Amino acid sequence: MSDFLAMGGYGGYVWGSYAVFFIVLAIDALAPRAQRRRVLSELRGRLLRRRPRPTQVP
Amino acid sequence: MTAASTWSACAALVRRDLILVWRRRGDALNPVLFALMVIALFPLALGPEPEVLRRIAAGVVFVALLIAGLLALDTLFRSDYEDGSLEQLVLSPHPLSLLLACKIGVHWLTTALPLIIVAPLLGELLHLPAEVRWVLVGALLLATPLLSLIGAVCVALTVGMHRSGMLLALLVLPLYVPILIFGAGACNAAALALPHAAPLLWLAAALVVALVVAPLACAAALRISLS
Amino acid sequence: MNILTLWFHKLGSPPTFYRIAGWLMPWCYGLALVTGVAGLYGGLVQAPADYQQGDAYRIIFIHVPSAWMGLFGYFFMAANAFVALVWRIKLSEVLAMASAPAGASFTFITLVTGSLWGKPMWGTWWTWDARLTSELVLLFLYLGVIGLYHAIEDRRQAARAAGFLALVGVVNVPIVHFSVNWWNTLHQGSTVRLFGPSSIVPSMLWPLLLMAIATHLWFFGTVLARTRTGLLEVDGGKDWVRRIVLADDAGPSAPAASERSHV
Repeated sequence: MSDFLAMGGYGGYVWGSYAVFFIVLAIDALAPRAQRRRVLSELRGRLLRRRPRPTQVP
Repeated sequence: MTAASTWSACAALVRRDLILVWRRRGDALNPVLFALMVIALFPLALGPEPEVLRRIAAGVVFVALLIAGLLALDTLFRSDYEDGSLEQLVLSPHPLSLLLACKIGVHWLTTALPLIIVAPLLGELLHLPAEVRWVLVGALLLATPLLSLIGAVCVALTVGMHRSGMLLALLVLPLYVPILIFGAGACNAAALALPHAAPLLWLAAALVVALVVAPLACAAALRISLS
Repeated sequence: MNILTLWFHKLGSPPTFYRIAGWLMPWCYGLALVTGVAGLYGGLVQAPADYQQGDAYRIIFIHVPSAWMGLFGYFFMAANAFVALVWRIKLSEVLAMASAPAGASFTFITLVTGSLWGKPMWGTWWTWDARLTSELVLLFLYLGVIGLYHAIEDRRQAARAAGFLALVGVVNVPIVHFSVNWWNTLHQGSTVRLFGPSSIVPSMLWPLLLMAIATHLWFFGTVLARTRTGLLEVDGGKDWVRRIVLADDAGPSAPAASERSHV
């Protein structure tokens, strides 16, 4: 196992690369999620402002 | 719309732009001064040894002129956009690409040509070898119209923005990379007494293509950003 | 033919695409994870060490697929921008702008992993090698597109302007590659080849291909996610968006729901 982690002495470079790969791709996948939440709340706000009281049958 | 009226429209546009530049002729010298100052910074930073300066002279002059041109690019449509004449240009019945080609031509004449004229002097400040001098001027004569044409497309895309300076550089510089490589490459090849015709011919070929395509692209970009 | 065009038109309509993308997205992510895990197992565990580079070559399993995706992403973006500008299809505008950040991420990964690979192999973090340089210019082109897109207020106009820039850039990509190659031969720079034209053994090839599939799927996953958000943004005032917004009450501004319960 430690052999596997050492990568023949290149461990830092190999695992560093893989860390960059996963971190950047994770950010790339999480960013749209945050953006979606922001857009939804913004649209909701605009919608509520336009119709201040949702007219519903009591 | 007859051909004659289109030509007279172009001529009127060129005359108007030239008059506008003439009225503010002090500003026209700014790019030259800027390039001169940038060139003066290099010996101060790297030391005055002629061998070092001779080695980098052509590339430094090329980059300095490229950046000076980039800074001047912003003025291409700015005043016309602000006083509304740019929209009149877009609405006019004449082909927009032709009118824009006239504008780009005048802009090149008034900003790039003075830079090319002082380029040998700037080279002399950096001990540019004599055999490279005319290659440099030739490369600049082919490269600067290309820079203006490609730059005009990007300016057209950013025309409505208030602070477009940094963004414009970000858009334009990657597109300038091949021109810089061939232009400065020709000078470096000449400095090493290698054949330098090929990169110059590539630049000439690119210029011919850009002369046709870039005004059309510029017109399309302008329509997008003014829509 | 008729059915096909009809289907195409339906797919191009934002609400339909929004629904289909929402269904497709988990599959993209899931399959990307499955193939990625298999590819990484093959690359990190199964494949033997390289006889020249030892274990350092294992960076190839992320570096090369990322480089492919960087280029693929740019061409995907430009193709969508072309469709958007010629036929004025709203969906293509959104798709083009959604692929820019994903492609830029992969290009960034390519540069960083290339430099991490170069340090032990070439002894330097960065070398002005032809491929590295053109990859750097590609990243600048991406950043220009993204910067222009975010600098313009109106979303549709921003997408069209940035898409136009992407089209200008796509003409530039082969020219940059050619000019940088020419420049490299003039300057006799380092021409270290990590892999000759020769062999890549099958035990190294199949993890590489699996990783290529995984990165493609991940790319499409994030592009679909961004496209969904972009469609909501662009179609802000439309009925179908209003329904989605009102159905999604889990957000921070929940008073709409509580107010309704009071009535």
